[in-house]
This record gives sequence, C-alpha cells and structure tokens, in this order.
Amino acid sequence: MTFLNFLISGISLGSIYAIIALGYTMVYGIAKMLNFAHGDVIMVGAYICFYAVSRFNLPPLVGVILAMIVCTVLGMVVERLAYKPLRQAPSLAVLITAIGVSYFLQNTALLLWSSNPKVFPSFFVSGSGGTGVELFGGQLKISYVTLFTIIICVIIMLALTWFTGKTKMGKAMRACSEDKGAAQLMGINVDATISMTFAIGSGLAAIAGVLLCSAYPTLVPTTGSMPGIKAFTAAVFGGIGSIPGAFLGGLLLGIIEIFAKAYISTQLSDAVVFAVLIIVLLVKPAGLLGKQIREKV
Amino acid sequence: MEPILKVEDINVYYGSIHAIKGVSFEVNQGEIVTLIGANGAGKSTTLNTISGLLHSKTGSVTFLGEDLGRVPCHKIVSKGLALVPEGRRVFLQMTVQENLEMGAFTQGGKSVDADLERVYAQFPRLKERCNQVAGTLSGGEQQMLAMGRALMSHPKLLMLDEPSMGLAPILVEQIFDIIRELHKAGTTILLVEQNAQAALSVADRGYVLETGKVVTTGTGHELLESPTIKKAYLGG
Ligand SMILES: Nc1ncnc2c1ncn2[C@@H]1O[C@H](COP(=O)(O)OP(=O)(O)OP(=O)(O)O)[C@@H](O)[C@H]1O
Ligand SMILES: [Mg+2]
Repeated sequence: MTFLNFLISGISLGSIYAIIALGYTMVYGIAKMLNFAHGDVIMVGAYICFYAVSRFNLPPLVGVILAMIVCTVLGMVVERLAYKPLRQAPSLAVLITAIGVSYFLQNTALLLWSSNPKVFPSFFVSGSGGTGVELFGGQLKISYVTLFTIIICVIIMLALTWFTGKTKMGKAMRACSEDKGAAQLMGINVDATISMTFAIGSGLAAIAGVLLCSAYPTLVPTTGSMPGIKAFTAAVFGGIGSIPGAFLGGLLLGIIEIFAKAYISTQLSDAVVFAVLIIVLLVKPAGLLGKQIREKV
Repeated sequence: MEPILKVEDINVYYGSIHAIKGVSFEVNQGEIVTLIGANGAGKSTTLNTISGLLHSKTGSVTFLGEDLGRVPCHKIVSKGLALVPEGRRVFLQMTVQENLEMGAFTQGGKSVDADLERVYAQFPRLKERCNQVAGTLSGGEQQMLAMGRALMSHPKLLMLDEPSMGLAPILVEQIFDIIRELHKAGTTILLVEQNAQAALSVADRGYVLETGKVVTTGTGHELLESPTIKKAYLGG
C-alpha cells in the first residue's frame, strides 16, 4: 500500500512538472530558445494568487484566474521586450538573456514581497474540513490537492492536444515551429504566434504555481527555480519540442523522484533523477518521444 | 497592358554579399515569365524579395498597383501572390491535408473544403495520401504538395522556384503540364528553372540573370533561338 501511496504522490508531483514542462517545450518548439525565466513565472503566479486570497480575501478561483492573467501578460511582455529584439541573435545571447530575465524576476519579487516565506493557503479542504479521501480502510490516503493536480494536468493535456491538432491557430503554431519562412508565406503572423505561445505557456505556469504551492506551501522568491529546472529536465527527457513528450517526461520524472526519495535516499533523489536523464539521453539523444525527421532531397 | 508585377531596381544584400544588383523586370497579366540563370545568379533571392522574406535596399516591388515595400511578409499572400519556395519547404511533420489547410490560412472558413476538392482533383496522388505525414512523401509528391498548398490561396500570381528540381523526367513533364493548365485557367506565373529548355518553351517571355543582374531578355522563342543562350544554358 505504501508503494501505491508513493506512486500516487509521484504522479501528482510529476503532473506539476508536466504542466511546467509544457511551457518549456512549446516555447522551445516555436522560438527555438530555452526560456529559463519560465520557472520564475511560476513563482509570480503563486504570489499573485497568495495575495489575492490571503490579503484581499478573494475566492481561490478568482485568485487563480488573476494569477493566470498576470502571468500571461508577464510572459508576453518579457517576450516582447527581452526576446523579440534578439530573434536574429545567436542562441547563446538569447540563453544569457533568459537567465538575466530569471534573476530580474527573482529580485523584483524580493523587493516587492521580501524574502520572508509566505505560507500558502490550502484551498483543497472539503466542507467537513477533510483534506483528502481514504481508501482501503485508511491505508491509502489521497489528498484533494493530489487528486486535483492530476485531473488538472490531464485536462490541460487534452486541451492542448485538441488545440494543436484541430484548431487553425494550433496548426499554425506547429507550422511556425517547423519553418517560420514557409509559415509566413502561408500568411501566418509568426510574431503573433510566438507571442501567443508565450502567453499559453505562462498561463499554464500560473496554474502550476498554484498547484505547486498547494502541495508544498512555503512561498519564497526562489520557489520557482528548482521546479523550473526539473521541468526543463522533464521536457528534455520526453523530447524537447514534443507536447506528449513533456507530459510523459514530467510524469516519469515526478515518479522517479518520489521513489528515489522513498527507497534510496532523500539527499540523493535529485542525483538519481539526473542520472536517469543522462542514461535516457545516451540511449535516445532526442529524448523519449523526440523525433528526428530527415529531409528529402 | 498594365503589368501585374513590376520590379524596379532592387538591390539585395546578404550581409556584405551584394546578391542582386539593380534588377528590374515586369510580369503582365496572364503571362508565363521565366527567370533563368546559372547557380548563384540570384533567382531565388529575387523571388524571396518579391514575397517579402528578404528586403531590397533600393527600388520597389509593385503588385497590382500596390507598393509591397511596406507590407509585412505574412500579409503578402492575401494580396494574391504565392510562392512555391526552392526546396519545397512543406511542413514535414504535418499531414498532407494539414499542409493544404495552411495554404488556405488567409482564406475564409467556408471555401476551404471546396478548395481542397479542387486541389485534390488536380493532384489525385495527394488525395490518396491526405492523412499521410508530409515527411514520408516522395520528393515528387512533396513538390505536388508544395504547389497544391500555394494554389489553396487563389493566387493571381504564382511564383515557382525550381519546381522540377530532383524529379524524374516523367514527373517534370507532369509539373510542366500543370503549369500550362494553370496558365490556361488564367493564373499568371513567374517561373524560375534550371531546366532552361523546358522553361523557355512554356514561357511567353524570359529574363536571363547573371551574377545578380539581368543580362538579356526576350520572348521565350527568341531566347531559345539565341546562340549565346543556347551556348550558356541549353547545352550548346
Ligand atoms: N543566406 C545567404 N547568405 C549569404 N549569401 C547567400 C545566401 N543565400 C544566397 N546567397 C548568395 O546569393 C547569391 C544568389 O543566390 P540565390 O540563391 O538567389 O541563387 P539562385 O540563382 O537561386 O541559384 P540556384 O540556381 O543554385 O538556386 C549566391 O551567390 C549565394 O551565394
Ligand atoms: Mg535558387
């Protein structure tokens, strides 16, 4: 039964990684850049939700929506101001800029909200005050946060699959990620599409921020960086640029991390996670679901 | 006759490389015009400049009376100007049908189904493969897809950059048949070809480019008969 408990918390943690990894992978797919500031957008989302709910006593749902709006706008503004001018620049310059943006967001958060940890409120409490469901006579306990996180992740995954596979804008996004010049010849506005991708990724980051802080309720300005790096790892693990890859990578990473903590060692869990990543990349350099299509001549 | 496309004195640079040096030419309504020239003469650069992927430092490109200089690249296709780029550049990870839908990106929603039928009628091979990923098509099929995709936007002027590249002779024949058909249906065509013989025999007029400059022009027939052209581009 403990095994099942660990598995479920692994899936839950992995779901959060997956939601963050989706942002990384979509932005990489289309802008061909690693947005290292993505993790810090999570932190901003969590703070916005925290203040909305704890200080202004708004309902949690309003807090989450507010966080999504702020992060969506933030993502688009960062893209417009920091990344768009570098569209033609070497990728190293863009990477360094992204790291710069990451520190900028962290330090702005430090100024605005100080380094004192905030205790994130718990939203997932039933009317009678319970925090979860118990199965098998109490042997298996699943908290509402866990359940909710997994459900949200599945919904996001289905919605994105539908969006990229069935809608005109989603297909345009895939076209841009393959060949921007050809996409422009089709009449697709590439700049607007990139901006939209940042908007979607950042909106998802806000959701991830709220879920993350609901599961691990200590909120500081660096809250986003470690999950950000893990999610980036998850995106690479699954095959960066691939949406199902981010989902799979995130889930596996979460499960491996929890199992490593439970059965190997808490301190070594991150080392185990990265060791698995390295092994996977040695065997499949493009990641689990990464594709390499060769061009015809 | 009012030209549908007028290119005046364009100069295009790749960094310090001066690729197009004051090229001017025009295409009239209903014509097939071809640009021929050796590798690196600047044919693709010219087409890419007209379609807005590259920009000229001087001069102008006028299409249907409108200066395209300030029109962003993605707005050009809706004006009736479509390019089938060199090397096809179909979306390899998307299906045949999705590629065609991208061609109709600027078209209103309803006409798309009718346009798909029209293109599938023109290229029955594409219909058979409509759910296949474009990356798994053969080279010739990809070329058909690239042409079909451009036709989805109802171009008034269709620009083709080496549509016969890498194709078996029978397929080249097929591609040229399609070009003749499109022409008959009233589409104006600007054709870039390595295969000067074939290009000049379908073209009303041709321009010969050499290292970024127009060196000769004339009707297709004149150029085919010209001794210098014969020597340089038609293999003696
Ligand atoms: N991206 C680029 N960067 C630098 N120089 C370029 C670039 N693309 C083309 N050139 C140069 O510009 C000139 C014209 O190239 P262009 O591709 O227009 O030739 P082309 O006539 O289409 O040749 P081909 O028949 O081989 O396709 C060439 O000298 C080429 O080296
Ligand atoms: Mg060329």
